Order: sequence, then structure tokens, then C-alpha cells
Amino acid sequence: MTTFEAILFTVVMASTPLLIAAIGELVAERAGVLNLGVEGMMAMGAVSAFVGAFLFQSTWIGIGFGMLAGGLMAALFAVAVLGFAANQVGAGLALTILGLGLSGVIGAPFVGERLPTTPRLEIPYLSDLPILGSALFSQDIFVYLSLLLVAGVAWFLMGTRAGLRLRSVGENHGSAHSLGLPVLKVRFMAVVFGGLCAGLAGAYLSLVYTRFWAPNMTAGRGWIAVALVVFAAWRPGWALVGAYIFGTATVLQLHAQAAQFGLPSQFLSAVPYLATIIALVILSARRGSSGVGAPGSLGQPFVPDR
Amino acid sequence: MLDVGDLSDRAVRTALPPLVALRSLSKRYGDLLANDAIDLEITPGEIRALLGENGAGKSTLVKILYGVIEPSAGDIYWEGHRIRIDSPVDARNLGIGMVFQHFSLFDELTVAENVAVALRHMSFEAVRRGLKAVSEGYGLGLDPDHLVRTLSAGERQRIEIVRCLLQNPKLIVLDEPTSVLTPQESERLFQTLEQLADEGKAILYISHKLEEVRRLCRTATILRGGRVVATLDPREKSAGEIAALMVGAEVGDVRREAREVASARVLEVQSLSMPALSSHERALVEVDVGVAAGEIVGIAGVAGNGQGELFAAISGERLSDSPGSVVIAGVPVGLRGIDERRKLGAAFVPEERLGHAAVPGHGLGDNTVLSHHAMGGLVRTGFIAFDRARDLAKRVIGDFDVRTPGPDAQASKLSGGNLQKFVVGREILRNPKVLVVDQPTWGVDAGAAQVIRKALIDLADGGAGVLIVSQDLDELFAIADRIAVIHEGRIGRIRPTAEWTREAIGLEMMGVAADDAH
Amino acid sequence: MRIELAPRTQVSPWGRALAPVAALIVSFAIAGLVIWLMGRSPIAAFQVYIVDPLMDPWSLREIAMKATPLVIIAIGLSYCFRANLWNIGAEGQFIVGAIFGSGLALAVHGSGAGIWVLPAMLILAMIGGALYGAIPAFLRLRFGVNEILTSLFLVYVAQLLLDYLVRGPWRDPMGFNFPQSVVFDAAATLPAIAGMGRVHIGVIFALIAVAVTMIVLGRTLFGYRLRVSGDAPRAARFAGFSQARTIVTVFCISGGLAGLAGMIEVSGVLRQLQPSISPGYGFTAIIVAFLGRLNPIGILIAGLIMALILIGGENAQIILRLPLDLALAFQGLVLLCVLSADALVTNRLRIVRVRA
Repeated sequence: MTTFEAILFTVVMASTPLLIAAIGELVAERAGVLNLGVEGMMAMGAVSAFVGAFLFQSTWIGIGFGMLAGGLMAALFAVAVLGFAANQVGAGLALTILGLGLSGVIGAPFVGERLPTTPRLEIPYLSDLPILGSALFSQDIFVYLSLLLVAGVAWFLMGTRAGLRLRSVGENHGSAHSLGLPVLKVRFMAVVFGGLCAGLAGAYLSLVYTRFWAPNMTAGRGWIAVALVVFAAWRPGWALVGAYIFGTATVLQLHAQAAQFGLPSQFLSAVPYLATIIALVILSARRGSSGVGAPGSLGQPFVPDR
Repeated sequence: MLDVGDLSDRAVRTALPPLVALRSLSKRYGDLLANDAIDLEITPGEIRALLGENGAGKSTLVKILYGVIEPSAGDIYWEGHRIRIDSPVDARNLGIGMVFQHFSLFDELTVAENVAVALRHMSFEAVRRGLKAVSEGYGLGLDPDHLVRTLSAGERQRIEIVRCLLQNPKLIVLDEPTSVLTPQESERLFQTLEQLADEGKAILYISHKLEEVRRLCRTATILRGGRVVATLDPREKSAGEIAALMVGAEVGDVRREAREVASARVLEVQSLSMPALSSHERALVEVDVGVAAGEIVGIAGVAGNGQGELFAAISGERLSDSPGSVVIAGVPVGLRGIDERRKLGAAFVPEERLGHAAVPGHGLGDNTVLSHHAMGGLVRTGFIAFDRARDLAKRVIGDFDVRTPGPDAQASKLSGGNLQKFVVGREILRNPKVLVVDQPTWGVDAGAAQVIRKALIDLADGGAGVLIVSQDLDELFAIADRIAVIHEGRIGRIRPTAEWTREAIGLEMMGVAADDAH
Repeated sequence: MRIELAPRTQVSPWGRALAPVAALIVSFAIAGLVIWLMGRSPIAAFQVYIVDPLMDPWSLREIAMKATPLVIIAIGLSYCFRANLWNIGAEGQFIVGAIFGSGLALAVHGSGAGIWVLPAMLILAMIGGALYGAIPAFLRLRFGVNEILTSLFLVYVAQLLLDYLVRGPWRDPMGFNFPQSVVFDAAATLPAIAGMGRVHIGVIFALIAVAVTMIVLGRTLFGYRLRVSGDAPRAARFAGFSQARTIVTVFCISGGLAGLAGMIEVSGVLRQLQPSISPGYGFTAIIVAFLGRLNPIGILIAGLIMALILIGGENAQIILRLPLDLALAFQGLVLLCVLSADALVTNRLRIVRVRA
């Protein structure tokens, strides 16, 4: 593998968890629920996946544990914001804090442990292609899954009746309710889907990306995923583009640190966060302040009057 | 209009068993009985009117029928069987179609998607085909691929109607369908409805407008205070008699005599242009309006043609880029904010009562501070004198007959009419030189509308200029001295009220200039 | 059968006051269950977390010191939250404030500068925090960028900036290469209150912030303006309250107070800059603000409760060997419960029987 191929390979690795988490959040937001707890769900996914994989010596069980943890966290959030109509911004923050704390509690006994290397799922022939071959086709299952996820969600949202119903619930919950759509049920499922994705993204971090678990290992990736949804204007295809741009920024920043340009490493570490802010500024400025693209009922609690 | 064939047809129809029958249906909200033991029967092929003032319980009844809310007591019979309607899905499965007053549409979805989302058992392709067929069959002219946000109110309503028709309903319920239509669009709707009734569908037509009910329906059920007070043929009774039944007492007509217009302008809007801030807004184009001291000028128009934007520009909620585009009491104020304009003697009443003219969760006392804080008296060196604010609220409550427990009542707990009296009264108590009111009696009961119109006339008689933006043509004909029409952000020529006919206004509301119409 | 929410026709003031209390009780119950599942005694945990610290004078003083930054930041945040603006970057404003003020402390280090240094540091810290807080406000106004995300990302940036400073230009040359600054001169150190052990006069700043905010929010046009802006933005425009000015002002106030809290913490407790100067005060303060229902007195009480749990958490780590993160998880739980309880104040639960 050449250096360039290696960089490309790591770009894909860095982008994949962002993409998976962002797609999940995108679905929840399309249904009208702003879940700022992605960071917390990811942290729980990461720790649960590690514990599962470590105890049962199985990547698959690890993945299952991670998704389950993310889904349960999302269900808890859903009970608060859908069942009790709690403020979504506040409840999302609470979920992040809860997830970071709880993951620390669960993971404490496992600090310092390592997982054996997972065998890669290479696609024969294709992985031998020059340059892109190894980056795209000798990755692990998560990468293919993430790409499938984008295509699947795009098809679901724009091509199926259930997707149409989900979009209409997010666009105007009042209208949806008066047409008899089960607003809260649709939202609950969308939120839980978001949680499963965040859990999967977290699992990727601890099972593939690092193969160990450390407190706060999500390091703001959940928040970047939330920002990516805004960046993508709630479109799955653009989430893919965005995730890979940020993945590239992260990797280049790491390589720049290694190359020792003389810039302090902290400045380079700040690049992904600053890049996110700048991307949001550019996009928001172009779209105007009217919030075009955001689902009409995003973030608003729904209490049916019956 | 009434030929013999029609009458014999009707005789046959009344012999039919009712399609739907409501038996002593009630709905209670806390202490309020919104529906009180209502009995109602509708037969196939009938266009039945449900007449009543705002707050009479019409919308509640309709929502029960459509499964959106559940009744507290009483029974519903459908084709002779007692049934429960637990959700709109139940209602649709039975064959009840609904066209809401506030459209249940999705702005960012296409026409076809808006229709498809409500129809569970039809494929996208079937929806598109059906949409086309129905749209052509009834001359509705809808393009399935247009985004709803780009459509006019009339077109939006037609989507609701198509959506309803595609479910092949036996009963179609329309809730105040003409409130956003021009007279001509309304007439087109009536023709469609008559066609549907001839095909044997039952139609429940909810309205508070007498004229259109007399035009369309042969039986009208009148609701007042949640009860059925009469069922009659609206063509056999005079408008006065029916109005009396609706309101419960004789309603005097508030009307303004024609008068000479003074020359001194208290408000002058001169070639005011403003770009639209978003796709949901209208741009204002070269608007000219003048209001003289002592006169009432009316701006007619279909909702969404720039009324809100005009209000924002005149009030100063949005600033213009040239000082002279808005002149209040001789002072160019285009670049000055709303408080500066208030200090020059202007007062404003926006369309939306809750959330714009008043903060829903705050008491009435606190709500007086909104428009009075800049004027002195209530605020001293940054501190609010809340006791004075309460006293002010008490005065408004007393002077304008606002029915409420007192100045501490939350704005959201007042009925529409009482809150509107409060927000209009709050401004009139300031003795403004010019008052700008957007939809002064929108969704307000007849009694409150009376009080408000009277107050506006008194204000003008006292020498103030009043600018009324209203969708209610009757209102403008009754109290405005001069009227102009707003259409797509432009305002046509202002003429004395006597020179207008309903037809001419209707045409201009649709964008046909009055001069071309001859 | 299903349970759904329905709006209440009458909202009782008692419900409003008791909702956070009920939320706390529910949180304690859930936390007890979790501790029981972890194989420890919930009663012993309650003893260690809540009862013991309240019985011990040393712990009580520690609680006062921990509550100080929490209350000051939360008071600042209450201005934002009342106007329905989401500043969740107080942690970053706390750090930047501390950096601004400490810059002066380090500049005059060893120069024998007089008593003007400390007030100047506190003012600089407020300016620094306010400027840092103004960034999300500016980005929202100028470009329409969501303030939640920008304020949060700026926390990471501030942490990295501090890390760079204490490992780079501001590192104590005599500090054996430890990543920390020199220890501040006495003139740059917040004095302790006589007879109160380590408790410094920062506590008084917190009380002043509470008192001033009570007056500002309750009696002034400015407080009214915030309420209107938060509850009905269009009505605020109708009242002539410029939204831009409101946004900038509240972000500067909350940033400034967070910056002040940062300086108080550094000059009163740590007395030097370190790579990490906050155990997440900026985030805990969000919980304090909501637990206190955005009411100054409520925030004071909530700050003390949260400080108690933090101290209890430290004790529990030593005595029961329960992880410190349990206290963090508990904070998240409390916030979730408080927000849900809020909803029950304005809505009621009703049971709907669904017939087959």
C-alpha cells in the first residue's frame, strides 16, 4: 500500500462512523425530532459493543450490543420527548450527558483491554484495483453497510409510502395528525432507528477504529454528525459527501501533526471543529436565514388535542 | 334557480333513510359544553348547511364526525348502524371525506405526494392517474408535480377536494371552504359541489356566511352555543331572521355613512417596495396608499397576497430602505422602528392575536406593556410599573367589554372575540392619530365584531385615520370610505366604496385589473 | 389501553414549584435501582452521596465552593434560556474567561503589582467570556447558523487552546516540565473568607449574581423583553424589541458570567492554569439552570444540590469504589426527569381505553 492509498484507506475509516450516525439522525430529524443525544448514544454504543465483543469474543455480538444500547438510549429519549413532550434540545443534551456518564461506569473495568484484530471482508478482484481498490474494497463490513444505509434511506424516504408518511409527519405534524397519521408512532420508530445507527457508529469506533475502549472516545463525533445533517440539508446523498469531507479533514490533520509542520498539534486538532463551524457558516449564508430545507415541525413537541 | 324537477327530486331524497345520523351528541371541555346534545341527519344527495357563529361548536362537531376528537356522550349512526369513529382512518373507511378550513397540507411536498399520503391503499401511480382524472372531471386544473407552497389558496383547497374525492366518499364535509376564496372561486366551488350532490353524495357544508348558504343549500341546521336551535330552508327565511337565530338576538348593522375626505394625510405610503425574505413571503411592489385624517381606508384581498408584509412595512416591524416610503403624521419613518412610529401617534393591530398581538402565556396586564412601554407611564428608568400596567388592562377590559376574570388572566385563556377586543382596545386607548389593523374581526363572534367595528368608526369620527386590511368584503363595504385591492404584493387604485361592486373587487382580487373587465 | 398527554386547562403554581422536586425524587429512585443492580446497597450510597457531606463541615465548605461556579454560570445561562436561545458552550466561555484573566496574572507575575490586579483579572475574564460567547450570537445573526452547534464546537476549541497554552508559552519554566503555569501571586489570588477555611469570596459573587438577576428578570423592561422574546418572538418584534440586540446581549451576559466563574475557579481554587480547569461545570450548569426552573433562587438551590452530588460522587469513589462517572450519568438523568416533569405541569396524562 502506498502512502496515498493508506491515507485514502484511513479517510474511509474516519468517515464511516460519522456517516452512519448522521444518517440515523437524518431520519429522526426528517420525522421532526431533533435528537442532540447522538454523542451519548454513540458513547453507549461504543462501550456496549466493546464489552459484548470482549466477553463473547465475537464482533457480531459486539455489533448487536452496540446497536441495542443505542436503540435503548433513543427509546428513553423518545419516552421523554414524545411521551412527555419534553423540550427536545434539553432532553438531547441530557441524553448526551447520561450516555457519557453511563458509558464511563460500564467501561471502567475494561480500560486497557484490547480486542483481537477483526478479519476484513475483502471483495476479491475489486480490492486489487489500484488506488481506490484497497481503500474501498478491502474495508470491513461497516463500510459497505454505511454505503448501503445511505442508498437504503434515500430510497425509503423518497420512494416508499412509509417514507412519505415519515416526511409528512416531520413537515407538518398538525396536518399529519388531522389526516390520521400516527405522528408519535412514526416519530418513535424514527428516533429508535437513529439510536440504532448511533449505536452502530459507536460500535465501529471501539471494534474497528481503535479496538480498545477509552472514556470519551467519541470525542465530539456525535455532535459533528448532528452538524452534518444540517450541512447535508437533510438529504442522504449530501450526508455522504459531508461525512467524507470531514473524514478527510480529520485524517489530513492527523497526517499534518505527524509531519510536524511546526504548528502546535492542538491547533491541528481543532481543525475538524473549526471546519465544521466554517462549513455551517458557508452553508447557512448561502441558504439564507430562513432555514430552507429543515423539516417544518423540527424540534417542536406534539401534543394531540383529543 | 329552483325549478320543479329540483323540488320533486328533493321530495324523493328526503324519503331516503339518512346516511348519517347524530343522536344527542355532546362534547365537554372542562366547564365548556362545546356540543350539547346535538341531533342531525343527512341523506344522500343532500347539501346540508351547518350554520353558526364562531364558537357555536361547528368545528367541534366536524372533528367528532371525522374521528379527530372523541365525543363525551351520544351516538353516531351510519347507514342505520351505531358506530364509533376512533380516528380519521375509521372515518375514511366508512366513506367520510373532509375538507378542512385550515388545510391539512404539506408545503414542501408535491401535489401528488400530498394526496398520496392520505390514501393508504393506492399506489403512487394510481394516485397520479386518479388525480388527473378527478382534476379534469371537475375542471380543477391541478398539476401533480407542483410543490404546494407555490400554489394559491384556491388551488390548495382543490387539492383537499381531490384528496377527498379519490377516496370515493359518501359524505363530504367542508369546513368554511370559502374563507380564503374570491367570489368567483367560490362560485366555481359551488358548481363542483352541486355536481357531486347530483351524483348522490351527501355534503355537509359548514359556514357562517348567509349568502352562500342561501345560494347552495336547501336545508340548514343552525347551531348556537353548542346546540341546534333550528333546522330550516334558508331560502324561505330572511337573512335577518337567520342571523337572529345564529346570534340569539337582533343584530344591528354597523355601517358608516359616506363622507367627505379631508385633505391632511396622517399616513402616506409612497412607492414602497420590499423583496420577499423567503419563499413563503410576498414581495411588495411599488405600493401607494394614503389615509387622511378622519377616514377609513380598506385593503381587500385574498389571504397570502402580501397583507402581512404590508402590515410589517407600515408598522416598522420591517424597515424599508428609503425614509420616504412610509410617512406618518408628516414625518418620513421608513428607516425608523415600530416604537418611533408609535411615538408619532401611530398604533397597530396585527392579524395574529396569540403570539403576535399578545403573548399567550402572559397576563393581560403584562400584555399592555408590549405596545405601551415606549410611550412613558409604564416604564421608568428601565423598571416596569406592573401595577399601572394592570390598571391599564382594567381600563381596556371595562371600556371594550372584554369578558375575562381580570387583568391577570392569561391571554391564551380568552376567547378569540374577547382577546381581539382587548388588543384593539389597548391600541385605541392610546388615542392614536392613525391606526393600522390587519383583519380586525377575523374569526371573531358577531357581538365582538360589532364592538370592534363600532370602535373603529368612532376612532375615525374622532379625527384619526384608520387603515383596515381585511378579507371580509362585507366588513369593508360596511365601514370603509375608500377601498383598494392587494394582489400579489401590488395595490390597485383606491376608489370610494360607492364606486365598487362585489364583482369588480372579486375580479381585481384575482388579478384582473378593474379597467380591463369592462 | 394507552396513555397519552392532554393539555391542562388550569396550570397550578404548586405544580410548577413541585415538578423539579418530584423529578429529583424519581431520579434518586432510578439511580438507587442502578446502584442496586451494580451489587451495592442503595441505602449506603444515599448515605455517602447525600447524608454524609451534609453532616461534615469540611464537605459543606467544599459544597459552597463547587456550587459557586455552577450558580454563576447557570445564572448567566438563565438569561439565554429565558429568551429561548441555546448557549450550550458555557464550558468554553468559562475556559476562555479564565485564559483572559490569567494572562494578566501571568504578565504581572513577580512584579509586585498591587491590589488592582485581581479586579482587573475578573473584568478581563468577563470580557473574554463575553467575546467568546458573542461568536455564536454573531454567526447566528449574520449567517443564520444554529447557535447550539457552534457554541458546542467552540468548547472543544477552547479546551485545545488552553492545552496549548499550558504546554507551550505559558508553561512554568521551573515546573519540571509539568503542563501547568506558575502559581499566581497573592495579589492575583481570590482571598478566602475569614473563618471559612478554603472558601473564597467568589461565593459572594454568586450571591450578588442571584440578587441582581432577581431584580433584572422580575422588575425591569429588559427582563420583560427576554420573556417576550422567548415566549413569542413575533410579539417581541411587535413590541419593538430588536431580536439582534437581545441575542447579542444574552450571549454576552451568559458568556461574561461563565468567564467570571472560570476566573474565580482558577484564582480562588486552582491558583494556576492547568490543561483541565473544569470538571464540566459549563455542562452541569445547564442542568442547574433547568432544575432551578430558570429562577434565580431556584438556581441557587439547584446549584447547591448539584454540588452536593458532585462532592458525594467524589466520596463514593473512595468509600464505595463507585465510578466518578456515575455522578455524571446521574446529572443526565436528573435533566431528563426535570424536562419531562415540566411537561406534566402543562399537560396531564390520561388513560385511553381502546376497544378492539
